[in-house]
Amino acid sequence: MQKWARRTKKALLRDWQYWVFLLLPIAFLLIFEYYPMLGVQIAFRNFKAKRGIWGSEWAGLKWFEKFIESYQFRRVVTNTLVLSLYNLAATTVVPICFALVFNCVEHARFKKFVQTIVTLPHFISVVVLVGILMQLFNSRVGLYGITYEALTGTYPKDIFANAGAFRHMYVWSGVWQNFGWSAIIYIAALHGVDPSHHEAAEIDGASRFQRVIYVDFPHITPTIITLLIMNTGKVMSVGFQKVYLMQNSLNISVSQIISTYVYEIGLVQNNYSYSTAIGLFNSVVNLILVLTANKIARRVSETSLW
Amino acid sequence: MKMKNAKPAPRKIKVNRQDRLFLSLCTGILAIALLIVLLPVMNIISSAFSNPISVAAGKVWLWPVDFSLESFKNVLKFNTVWIGYRNTIFYTVFGTTMNVAITLCCAYPLAQKSFSGRKFMSKMLLITMIFSGGMVPNYLLVKQLKLLNTFWSVLLPGLMSAYNVIITRTYIETNISGELAEAAQIDGCSPFQFFFRFVLPLSKSIIAIITMYYAVGHWNAYFNAFLYLNDNKLYPLQLFLRDILLNSKLDSSAFDDPEMAMMMQSQAESLKYAIIVIATAPLMCVYPLVQKHFVKGVMLGSVKG
Repeated sequence: MQKWARRTKKALLRDWQYWVFLLLPIAFLLIFEYYPMLGVQIAFRNFKAKRGIWGSEWAGLKWFEKFIESYQFRRVVTNTLVLSLYNLAATTVVPICFALVFNCVEHARFKKFVQTIVTLPHFISVVVLVGILMQLFNSRVGLYGITYEALTGTYPKDIFANAGAFRHMYVWSGVWQNFGWSAIIYIAALHGVDPSHHEAAEIDGASRFQRVIYVDFPHITPTIITLLIMNTGKVMSVGFQKVYLMQNSLNISVSQIISTYVYEIGLVQNNYSYSTAIGLFNSVVNLILVLTANKIARRVSETSLW
Repeated sequence: MKMKNAKPAPRKIKVNRQDRLFLSLCTGILAIALLIVLLPVMNIISSAFSNPISVAAGKVWLWPVDFSLESFKNVLKFNTVWIGYRNTIFYTVFGTTMNVAITLCCAYPLAQKSFSGRKFMSKMLLITMIFSGGMVPNYLLVKQLKLLNTFWSVLLPGLMSAYNVIITRTYIETNISGELAEAAQIDGCSPFQFFFRFVLPLSKSIIAIITMYYAVGHWNAYFNAFLYLNDNKLYPLQLFLRDILLNSKLDSSAFDDPEMAMMMQSQAESLKYAIIVIATAPLMCVYPLVQKHFVKGVMLGSVKG
């Protein structure tokens, strides 16, 4: 014990300047990251503003039971899962295909131009992106509306009033915005393909297309798997921001997801405990998903996050 | 994962017909991808620069019709756009400065192999990447600290991003060798001195990268402001944009003249296009100049561990 104390003292004496650097970061983490984690306990209490987080009485699993038994439960969980898995599939596949095709083309200048342009939308804010979406798909003045009118002679129905279109709009506008950006990492990985593999395959008579499938693609699978697991971690937390902005009373049946429901219960209806319980349920499901994805990845390939 | 700049040396091998077909197919796909991104953008820009009447009549496709700057002139009559722009510039400049300073303070000790608290701090940081309190506990915290409705509520939550700390740490670790730190230490250089004399000057490139990440984040952010602010004098541009673009709340009370307010209503559509252009143009113009830094940042982030 004494030895340990002496050693700690010595280390502190030697490293105190480093700890000075860390003062503010640690203060930030404790206040703005760890303290709210303690606040999660209100999911197990009946939160009363007067009595505060620590003083409100315990309620056990009451709020979780309420959520699971509520008629919203199935709808909200299904919406979250469907939207996020659809999104995960599309935002994974499109950038990979783009990177593979991009890598085959040889005009350096053309490629540079294409890459600059397709990465640009990544920097558009969510608000403006949804704004652009609403303008483009405006049935009277938008590009979609006037093209439809020119082709068929009638104006289309309002696409934002159509609940069935919500998921496609959400996912493909996300793909439009981010495929170029997400492809950067795959394109860089493809630079690392050993040219001798290509030569060997060529001598064996493989066509360019076959080399994409048997040389390029296997080379980037570890990157794909790593990113896929990391993105599984975000499955349940699909952007509150964009969904909330695209939500309207006509598509609420498919656009109400867990995070928007948390917001509505918590900050609109001010039922803090219930909202926190729903949020916590979400985080737990999310954690299970990542761990499962990691396990599957480790079993079928050698790549895993940890 | 390291990016190799050396591309396979060009070889003149007879390309057969099938391969040539495949390659032109690839070029075609790239061209289509380019068009898919460009066409909507062209439509937006053209509409913004067209005569508002042509926009309302649905005549604008991919090129301005009756070129006019009227929409822009009208947008600039909104007080909210000016206030929003001013606030956003403030949040971006002040917020980014604080973000970068605290990120460097956190990343520097973490990059020192000799630092005894390294493991502990790394763990503390990683945990925040996996768990978080959630919306309501965060809201209660901001309320408890009496930050609601102050500009601090926009800037303090999210002051330091764990991801940015990690890429900065990785950069310092790989670009400033441990031997340099040891040698400096033997010569009597304290960690403070080492930070200011060596680490800061040698980290210009990573500072540029995280500055851009944070700045873009601030420019585009609306979430904290949306949750914690009521007073629209403090609103960032994005929140005003939300009202105008998505809720079609054109604040006609901003105009004393009822005729003026009427005209604004009739030009609502073309106004939206102009606002989209005004809000996004700064980033779009700067991006091609700093593209290589962003790409470098993605590479740093992909280093495992």
